[in-house]
Amino acid sequence: MIEVEGLTKLFRNGRRAEVRAVDAVSFACQPGKIYGLLGANGAGKTTALRMLATLLQPTAGAARVAGFDVRTQPGKVRARLGFLAAGTALYGRLTARETLAYFGRLNGLSDRQISTRVQKLATDLNMGDFLDRRVDTFSTGMKQKTSIARTLVHDPEVLIFDEPTLGLDVFAARAIRDSIRECRDAGKTIVYSTHVMSEVEKLCDVVGIIHRGRLVAEGTPAALKARFAADDMEEAFVSAVGNEPEVAA
Amino acid sequence: MNWHNVWTVFAKELRDTIRDRRTLISTLVLPMLAMPLILLGVGSVAYKSFAKAQAEVPQVAILGGESSPAVREALAAHTKLAVVPAPEGWRQQIADKQLRAAVEIPNGFDAALARGEPATVRIYHYDGELRSGLAVSEVRRFFGAYRDKQVAARLAGRGLPASFVKPFDVRTENVAPPEKVGGNAIGGLIPYVFILFCFAGALYPAIDLTAGEKERGTLETILCSPVGRTELVLGKFLLVLTASLVTVVCSLASMGLSALFLQHLASGGALAHGAVAGAGAAPTLPRIDPLGLLAVGALVVPVAALFSSLLLALSLFAKSAKEAQSYASPLVLVVLLPAIMSLLPGVELNARLALVPVLNLSLVSKELVSGVWNWWHLALILGSSCLYAAAGLAFCVRMFNRESVLFRA
Repeated sequence: MIEVEGLTKLFRNGRRAEVRAVDAVSFACQPGKIYGLLGANGAGKTTALRMLATLLQPTAGAARVAGFDVRTQPGKVRARLGFLAAGTALYGRLTARETLAYFGRLNGLSDRQISTRVQKLATDLNMGDFLDRRVDTFSTGMKQKTSIARTLVHDPEVLIFDEPTLGLDVFAARAIRDSIRECRDAGKTIVYSTHVMSEVEKLCDVVGIIHRGRLVAEGTPAALKARFAADDMEEAFVSAVGNEPEVAA
Repeated sequence: MNWHNVWTVFAKELRDTIRDRRTLISTLVLPMLAMPLILLGVGSVAYKSFAKAQAEVPQVAILGGESSPAVREALAAHTKLAVVPAPEGWRQQIADKQLRAAVEIPNGFDAALARGEPATVRIYHYDGELRSGLAVSEVRRFFGAYRDKQVAARLAGRGLPASFVKPFDVRTENVAPPEKVGGNAIGGLIPYVFILFCFAGALYPAIDLTAGEKERGTLETILCSPVGRTELVLGKFLLVLTASLVTVVCSLASMGLSALFLQHLASGGALAHGAVAGAGAAPTLPRIDPLGLLAVGALVVPVAALFSSLLLALSLFAKSAKEAQSYASPLVLVVLLPAIMSLLPGVELNARLALVPVLNLSLVSKELVSGVWNWWHLALILGSSCLYAAAGLAFCVRMFNRESVLFRA
C-alpha cells in the first residue's frame, strides 16, 4: 500500500528562486489496484514518484510505502519497491541475465532464488531469445522488457512505473501493459504515471490528475469523465487543468 | 554496513569495466605501451644518433698558421679529424652544420712555442650542437696532447722530471653505496611515475562510474535499489582504486622491463659495433633499494585512495562525462606540482612537509629508494595519507547523498 499525505518538494532554480515542484499532494493506493498519475510534462509526476522511491527527500509532508516511511526508513522502502522510470536505464555492457542477477543480489536473493526468478521472468516476458545477450545490442522493446524484469526480480509488493511505454511501438507497449495488469492481479500496489490518456483508461483503477505540482482531481476514469462532462480522458484532463499548459520551472 | 552489497557492486563494476574497451585502453594498454615506447623509442633513437655522431670523423677548418707548419702537419695527421682549408663563409657553414668547427692558429705559433712564449689557439663552434661539440672535444684532446708533448720536451731540455709541473694528482672516488647513487639519480623520477599513473589509472573509471552513469541513466537505476549510498560509494571506490593501482603496477613492470631490455640492447650494440668508443663500458641501470621501492608502493596506496575518492566526487558533480573530463584533466598539473617541488634545491623531508599530501610521497620516495628509512617520517606520512584518503572518501559519500549533485540538470 502507498499512503501520501501533503507531500511537498521545493527546488531552487538557476536564478535561486523557489519552485514548488510538488505541492501538498495526498493520495492512497491499495493493493491489487493501479493508481494512474496523469499530468503533462513538468507537472511534478516524476518528482513525486522519486520521493516515493526515496531518491529525493520531501520538503514537507509524509509518505509510507508498504508501511515504511520514505523519510526515515528509505532502505526498507526500496527493498519492497520496484521502480521503473525514463531515467532508470540498464547497463549496456551486461547481459539481461547478469543485470537481473545483479539486482537480485542487491535485494538479498540467493543464487538459487535468482535463478528461479530469472527463469520465471524470462518466460513471463518472453525474454528467452535475448537473455544472454548484452543490453547494448537490444531494441527499445527488449530493453524495456529487461527493465520490467529488473523491477520485478525481487518480487516487490509495490511497483512504481513512470512512463514505461515511452518510445515503444504498439506491440511492445501492449506487452508491458499486459505484464503490469498481471502484477495488479497478483495483488501488487501499483502507481502508473503517464501523459498518454488512452493508457489511463485501459489500465488504471483510480486516476489522480497532477498540474503544476498540485493534485487537482482524483477518481476512477469513469467518475472523472462524468465530473467534467467529458467523452474521454483527454477532455476530462484538459477540463481539470483549466486548459493551461505547464510552465517551465 | 552490508559488505555483501559492497562486494556485489565492486564485482559488477569490475565486470563492466573489463568489458569497456576505452577504460582498458586508458588504464592498461596506454600506460603499458607508453613507457616502452618512450624508453625504447626515444632511447634507441638517441643512442643510435649519438653513436653515429661519434663514429663520424668531423670536418674541421684551419684558419691561419701558415708560418707554423709543424702544428698544421700534426693536426692534418690526426686521424680522428678531417682537416680542410678554411672555406669562404666558414662561420655560416658551421652554423649550417656543413662544417663542425674551425681552429685558428695564431701567426708564429711554432716560433712562439720554440721561444717558450704563450700563444692562444681559438676554436669556433656551434654551441649546443652535438656533432660540433664532439669535434671541439677532439680538437681539445689533440691540443691537450700536443701541449703535453711540448711541456715534456721543455722539462727534458732542463733536466727536470715530469712531476715538476704536476707535483700532485687529484682523484675522486665514490663512497656511497650503489643504491644511494641510484636513488639519487632516479629517485626524483619515481614519484612522478607513481603519481602520474596513479592519477591516470583512476581518472577514466571514476568518470565512467559517476558522470558516465548519470549520462547513460543507470545511476538512478542503482539508487532506487536497496543498496545504501555508503555501500554503493565503497563498491565504486574500490574499483577505481583497483584500476589506479593496477595501472601503477603495470606501468612500473613495463618500465622496468623496457629499461632492462634497453640496457641489454645498449651493451649488445656497444660490443657489436664498438660504437661507444672511449665511453668505456656500456651504460648500466642505476641500482635502487628494492625494499625501498616496495615501501614506496605501500605508501602509494593511500595516495591512490585519495585520488580515487576525489575524482569520484568531482566526476559525480558533473552532468556528463565530457564535463567531468574538463574538470578532472587539469588536476594532473595540480598533483604533479608537489612532485616538481620535491626536486627544488633545499626542499628536504621534515615533520611539517611529511603532512603535505603528495609532496610527502615525492620526498620520501627519494629517501626510500636510496635506502634511507626515517621511521618517524614514514609513520607521519602513512598516518596523514590514510587520514586524507578517509576524508576524501567521506566527502565522496557526502556528495552521493546530495540530491542537487545526483540530479543536477
